[in-house]
Amino acid sequence: MNTLGVLSPVGFPPKVTRQHPAPRLDGLDGKTVYLVDCRFDDSDIFLGQMQAWLAEHLSGVRTVLRRISSVYLHDDPTTWEEIRSRGHAAILGVGH
Amino acid sequence: MTLETRYGVPTVAVHTDMFERVVRSVAQVNGMPGLRQVFVPQPIMGKTPAELRRYVDGRDPVTGRPVMQEVVEGLTRPFADAELGPAEFERSTPRMLEPDTEDNLHRRFLDNRWTDMLPIVLPTEARVAAMLAGTRRRPDEIVGRMRSTHFREHWAYSVETVAVNAVMAGARPEYFPVILALAATGVTARSSSSSAMAAMAVVNGPLRHEIGMNAGIGAMGPYNHANATIGRAYGLLSQNGQGGSVPGLSYMGNQGNGYAYSSLTFAENEERSPWEPFHVQHGRKPEESAVSVFSGVRATAFTLGLRARYWREHVRNLLRGLDPNGPPTLLLDPIAARQFVDRGGFAKKNALVDWLHDNALLPAGEYWDYQLVQNYIYPRATFGEQPWAAGLAAAPDALIPMFRREDIHVVVVGGETNGYWRIMGCNYQKTVSVDDWR
Repeated sequence: MNTLGVLSPVGFPPKVTRQHPAPRLDGLDGKTVYLVDCRFDDSDIFLGQMQAWLAEHLSGVRTVLRRISSVYLHDDPTTWEEIRSRGHAAILGVGH
Repeated sequence: MTLETRYGVPTVAVHTDMFERVVRSVAQVNGMPGLRQVFVPQPIMGKTPAELRRYVDGRDPVTGRPVMQEVVEGLTRPFADAELGPAEFERSTPRMLEPDTEDNLHRRFLDNRWTDMLPIVLPTEARVAAMLAGTRRRPDEIVGRMRSTHFREHWAYSVETVAVNAVMAGARPEYFPVILALAATGVTARSSSSSAMAAMAVVNGPLRHEIGMNAGIGAMGPYNHANATIGRAYGLLSQNGQGGSVPGLSYMGNQGNGYAYSSLTFAENEERSPWEPFHVQHGRKPEESAVSVFSGVRATAFTLGLRARYWREHVRNLLRGLDPNGPPTLLLDPIAARQFVDRGGFAKKNALVDWLHDNALLPAGEYWDYQLVQNYIYPRATFGEQPWAAGLAAAPDALIPMFRREDIHVVVVGGETNGYWRIMGCNYQKTVSVDDWR
C-alpha cells in the first residue's frame, strides 16, 4: 500500500506555566465580597439577584456591586486595586 | 485570573453553561486549570430579574450542585494540589505526520478539524517546497502570532506553516506573498466570537494583475482561482496557526458565517474607480502591492444604484439597517461609485465618508439601547472615550452618529454588469505590504 508523508498544518503553542490562585478565605462572615459586573448582556441584573441572595442567606457578608470601568476586553487595574484594598473576595460575571 | 494571580483576591467566575468547554480550556492554557468557575443556564440576556433569581436559587447545570453553594465553596475551600495542575507543560507540534495512505490522511485532517470540511490538497514535502519557492523568506522564519479570542494564548506560525496551509487550500506559489502578508497581519479569520465573524481581504497594487486576481465580474464569488484560494488559505492558516477553531471549544459563532469559506478575498477595481486606491488611502504608494484586512464581517445590506430623487434617503435606510457596532464599508461597483460622484458630488472618497458619517444617525435613546452598544460602546463612553462620551449627554430624541468617522470605508469592486452595491458591516484592521513577502 502506498503511503505519503505530509507536513503538519498546526502552529506552535506557547509553554504553559502554572499560575497560583489566591489563598481561600476561612469563611465569608464579616468579609466584603465584590460582585463584578463584566458589562456583558444583562450581567448587572443577574449579579443584582446574586447580591440579594447573599443578603438573605449570609447576612454577615457585606457586598459591593461594581461595574468594570470599560469593556471586558480591557484590563481594569483601578477596579482590581479597589477590590484588593477594600474587599476580601470577588465574584465575576457573567461570562457568556 | 488577573484578580487571583496579580491582586491576590480569591475569585469565582460565573459563566453560562454553553461556554463550559471554552472557559475550562482557557483556564488550563493560562496555567490555572482549577480556577473556580460556576455555571448558570444560557441565556442571561433578556431574562427578567425573577427568572435570573431562579438561576441563582437553582443548580449549576454542569455539576448539578446548588449554584450559591458552589460560589461560597469556591471562595472558601482550599485548593488541592491536583487542582493546581503541573508546574509547566509544553505542547509540541511535530513537523511531519506519520506516513499513511492518502485516504487515511484525508480522514485524519478532517477528524482533527484542520480543514474547512471541503477537500484539501495534502501538503507533501514536494508541494510545500514548491510553495516555499514563492518567497525569498526562510521556511523557519516566524511570520506572526494569532489567537481566536482576547483571552486565549497566542500561537506562532512559520513561513513553512503558512506554506502548508496554502498548499491545502490549493493556492499556487505565485500567490504565496499575499498569503504570507495576510498571515503577518496577526488578524485571525477564525474569531471564536459568538457573533459568527468572518474576515475580508482587499488586494491592491500591480500584483493583482501579476497573479490574475479578479476585481470585476464575480470578484467576491467562486470564479477566480487566486481570489478563492488566497482567501481559503488565510482561513485555514488562521484556524490551524492559532491552534484550532472547533465548535463549542474554540469557535462559538452561533449561526456560523458562509463568508468564512473564502474570507471574502478580492482585488479592488482600481482602474475603474473614480477615487484613489484603498491602499494609497492607508499610506502605501500606488506602485506598491498591499493587502488590507477587515474583521467582524457579518451584516450585508444592498441596493441598486442611486435614484435621482431619494438616493439620500435610500442610503440612510441601508445604514440604519446595520448594527451600530458593525460600521459600514461600502463595496461599490464602478457604476455605483460614479453615481456617488455624479449625484452627490463626492470627488474624493473622504467626502463620501464624511457624508455617510453625518447621515448615519439614530435617536440617542435607540442608539444606546442596542445590545452590542451596551456591551462594547457604552462602557467605553462611560470611561470617557470620545466621541462616544459626548453622545451620552444627548437627549433621547436627539440624533447622534451611529459610527465613528474613522470606522467608515469605501472600496470599489465589480464588473459593471449593473450598478448593484452593498454595505458590509465590519471593522477595518490594517494594510500590510505584500512586496515585503515576495
